[in-house]
Amino acid sequence: MILEVENLSVNYGHVAALSGISLTVDQGEIVTLIGSNGAGKTSTLMAISGLAEKAGGTVRFKGKDITDLQPHAIARLGICHVPEGRHIFPALSVKENLIAGTVREEKISRQEIVRRMDEVFRLFPRLKERINQGGGSLSGGEQQMLAIARGMMMNPDLMMLDEPSLGLAPIIVEEIFDLILKIKKAGKTILLIEQNAAMALQVADRGYVLVNGRITQQGRGVDLLHNDEVRRAYLGE
Amino acid sequence: MTIPPSISALFQKKGMRISLGILGIALLALIPQLNLKSYYMGVLCRILLYTILAGSLNVINGYSGQFNIGHAGFFGIGAYTSAILSLQLKMPFWIALPISGLLAMIVGLIVALPTLRLKGIYLAIVTLGASEIIRLIALNWMSLTGGPNGLRGIPAPVLFGLKFSRSQQYYYIFLVLSLVFYFMTRRIIQSRIGRAWISIREDETAARSLGVETMRFKAANFMYGAFWAGIAGGAFSPYFKFISSDMFSLDEGFNILSMVIIGGQGTLAGPIVGAIIVNFLTEFLRPISQYRLVVYAILIIAMMWLRPQGLVGVSKSVLAERRFGRSRRVHRR
Repeated sequence: MILEVENLSVNYGHVAALSGISLTVDQGEIVTLIGSNGAGKTSTLMAISGLAEKAGGTVRFKGKDITDLQPHAIARLGICHVPEGRHIFPALSVKENLIAGTVREEKISRQEIVRRMDEVFRLFPRLKERINQGGGSLSGGEQQMLAIARGMMMNPDLMMLDEPSLGLAPIIVEEIFDLILKIKKAGKTILLIEQNAAMALQVADRGYVLVNGRITQQGRGVDLLHNDEVRRAYLGE
Repeated sequence: MTIPPSISALFQKKGMRISLGILGIALLALIPQLNLKSYYMGVLCRILLYTILAGSLNVINGYSGQFNIGHAGFFGIGAYTSAILSLQLKMPFWIALPISGLLAMIVGLIVALPTLRLKGIYLAIVTLGASEIIRLIALNWMSLTGGPNGLRGIPAPVLFGLKFSRSQQYYYIFLVLSLVFYFMTRRIIQSRIGRAWISIREDETAARSLGVETMRFKAANFMYGAFWAGIAGGAFSPYFKFISSDMFSLDEGFNILSMVIIGGQGTLAGPIVGAIIVNFLTEFLRPISQYRLVVYAILIIAMMWLRPQGLVGVSKSVLAERRFGRSRRVHRR
């Protein structure tokens, strides 16, 4: 088990965003967390990566308690959080964006940066074509790819993707999900947050359904995809 | 075996750059030998002084995206520190100078600490307040700073029996300091620290998710900028031989800021160009005295309108529009 979340709670002021959720992610899995707007999906990721304060619960990563660590320390252990809304650096070129992914590593060599960049370009050939373009001039889908690629540059063990399909055309969404599968093949573990439940459950090994800050269902991706309650709530049937 | 043309071009380019740089520095070093009138030497000294001031402000405003408009305060701390140390403790300039920088840096940290969570206009207001507090302390602490009378008769630096009293000689002090500042800053900006600063400027949330300790890097950035403003101040007071609190008012802070904006924020050459232009303008516009401030204002408004990235801001210029896309202008804070 690479990530273990137990009884995690997050409050915003007096409003409880998450009330005691527990989930686990195994090495090499894609685990998805689905739910509607305001269910607490983003809060979950923010709390795991330390960007949001936890009101209670514990988070363990590779057996180590990371509940009270600072965001940079959590990132250093090998968790990469690709935040919602892409958050690329618009004024920097694609290459500079990717180099920024290694900024936490004090002693990284130039060769290592080049090696990782080559690895990333094998997965994202589109980005290689745009290597000297500004991040802000990329299309929405390319920006999302860049955000994921920048995360890959951190060489993380666990990638947490927050709504990578947000605001993208269906055909691009498929491309992004293909990439997610390729990233899994490259040996990464992925925790994926999605509103696009159908897509997410198709690629995921396991899934959790989040409603109003609580987990109501969990199971294998395909099982949830055929679960009546999930179908009614998220797949419009 | 022939070397591929692209690689040999690269070497030539780098070799070119280095030799041009050395040539430029040699020319700058020869200027005082031309026996220019001391008025002209004075203008050159001021330009060099302001390249450090505007450059250090640019490290804060241009590279980490924090907004400091109270830079004159740190300048003032440096100036008073070296003046007081040399007048009251008879400390040699060469020891007083680094202390001036360090003290400004410590005050920079004190200002930065409570404001690290603030952004944009809120941080700007805090720096504005800090700058005024520093000026008011200088104005009212009679026994230490001479209050409204200021401090006079600040001794000139002496090195191996050589006295730096005239601007011809003092030029070298400013030249060495601004060269050290330039190359040191360049090195830092191109390092991991610089990348962390730029990532904070571009998107703080993304920087945090990439594992950048934003608080620490922002504090270090502020301290580095304040340090060099302190060094500039420490070098300024023995040059001018007289300082008083009104030299470090908010007007001065805006003056430095205007050089950064006109030259181009977030570029190394920008503040240098800005310092040259604004100082030359000051001299050209002497005949119309205070009305020259109106000219500055018009210039800044025109710049914001026509070239918001500043004169040297090539990377974000109209030429690079394709690279950055049109939407960028709208998002720019």
